[in-house]
Amino acid sequence: MTSAKPKIEITALRKSFGALQVLKNINFKVEQGGVVSLIGPSGSGKSTLLRSINLLVEPDDGEIRVGDTAFFFGQGHRPPATRALAAFRARTGMVFQNFNLFPHMTVLENVMEAPVQVRKLPRNVARQLAMAQLEKVGLADRAQQLPKTLSGGQMQRVAIARALAMEPEVMLFDEATSALDPELVGEVLNTMQKLAADGMTMVIVTHEIAFARDVADRVVFMRDGYVVEDGPAQQTIDDPREEATRAFLNHYHKGNGAR
Amino acid sequence: MYTWDFSVLWEYRWVFLQGLGLTVSFTVAIVIGGLVLGLLAAMGLLSRYRLVRAIALLFTEVFRCTPVLVQLIWFYYALPILAGIEMTPISASLFALSCYGGAFFAEIIRGGIVSIEPGQREAGQALGMTPALTMRRIILPQAMRRMVPALMNQSIMQFKNTSLVSVLAVPDLVYQGQMVAHDSFRPLETYTAVAVAYFVILFPLTVIVRYREKKYGASK
Repeated sequence: MTSAKPKIEITALRKSFGALQVLKNINFKVEQGGVVSLIGPSGSGKSTLLRSINLLVEPDDGEIRVGDTAFFFGQGHRPPATRALAAFRARTGMVFQNFNLFPHMTVLENVMEAPVQVRKLPRNVARQLAMAQLEKVGLADRAQQLPKTLSGGQMQRVAIARALAMEPEVMLFDEATSALDPELVGEVLNTMQKLAADGMTMVIVTHEIAFARDVADRVVFMRDGYVVEDGPAQQTIDDPREEATRAFLNHYHKGNGAR
Repeated sequence: MYTWDFSVLWEYRWVFLQGLGLTVSFTVAIVIGGLVLGLLAAMGLLSRYRLVRAIALLFTEVFRCTPVLVQLIWFYYALPILAGIEMTPISASLFALSCYGGAFFAEIIRGGIVSIEPGQREAGQALGMTPALTMRRIILPQAMRRMVPALMNQSIMQFKNTSLVSVLAVPDLVYQGQMVAHDSFRPLETYTAVAVAYFVILFPLTVIVRYREKKYGASK
């Protein structure tokens, strides 16, 4: 345990899409090696918050810091320069609901692309790195195939390997299992669990409440653009402090007997 | 009853071939020029800067909404007077036809780019790629594949549009045909031969386009 400053720190974040305010004064921290699950109903702002962390969504107001790099938004601050944004995102891995693999490249090329083009690694070094990551997610034997020949679960594991090949400081998961057939969810969650056990700092937007409880060390419940509750994972899922969290979770637990 | 006699054309074969050579090389030049202009204009149409978008839109609409024959004549006669730029018939034709083609290519390329799922751009950016790099490595290669049939169709149109340069006395296949017709007093045979030459070159291309459309239409 280090007492150093948090790995991710978000302060007084606001974001509107048109007249709709989706993030209302969000404060949010993740310790080095921390695993935080963002849960909440759709439209609660959890995906927008996640996408703000790597600035795929540019906030209207507030501060975002990951590692040693901070960006300020709002009055008196210029929007970040293109290059600075790209360099910042290179250090945060992101996994999307719909995988977003590059269909015109093989699995290996998908994973090698950013190391070669962004980190400027020599091709043979990038290839070794990519193969090592594919090995980790158990798909080294698919390296030469095109993404469309893979199952959804395999595609998502390739997407995780692709993000890891940039050796990011943090990993962001945006409903990584929501587009998968139920029988393929497990393999992706396993991969994420292993990553968490390796000490990766992770923020996970998920509807898998059981996974959030078991893998995350903190759970953040959001509703209507606010953080409603932020606490230890098991306690927040099993015995939430806030009535709104309880209502949301009851709705989820209905039918599977967890509570 | 008219008696056809194509044999008289044989002695003009080099005249025809010269014209055909010019038509083909002209097409290659204006397709390349048009693709470069079209790509630039497409990027302009998709720019986040309003002024750039406006300029690109002005370019494409001016060239799409005026007849190419008028453009040819205008570039040759009007531009020297207005801008003081002296143009040979060849450079005026190359310039006008490249701009005309570029305006249509731009629309095709823009359409191809916006047809790529936004997730692809996001994935590139999330990996730390700049917008330019994402465009070059992720978006354009996928968009190009989808655009090939439409770009080829437009290139086929461009091949035929080269026939208009004869109005500026550029010796393309049609212009040479006019010469032969005057000289041989056999206009029917001459223009039939010219038409056949265009057809023989373009028909295989349309077959390829159709084949590619089928192939890529089926797989994706």
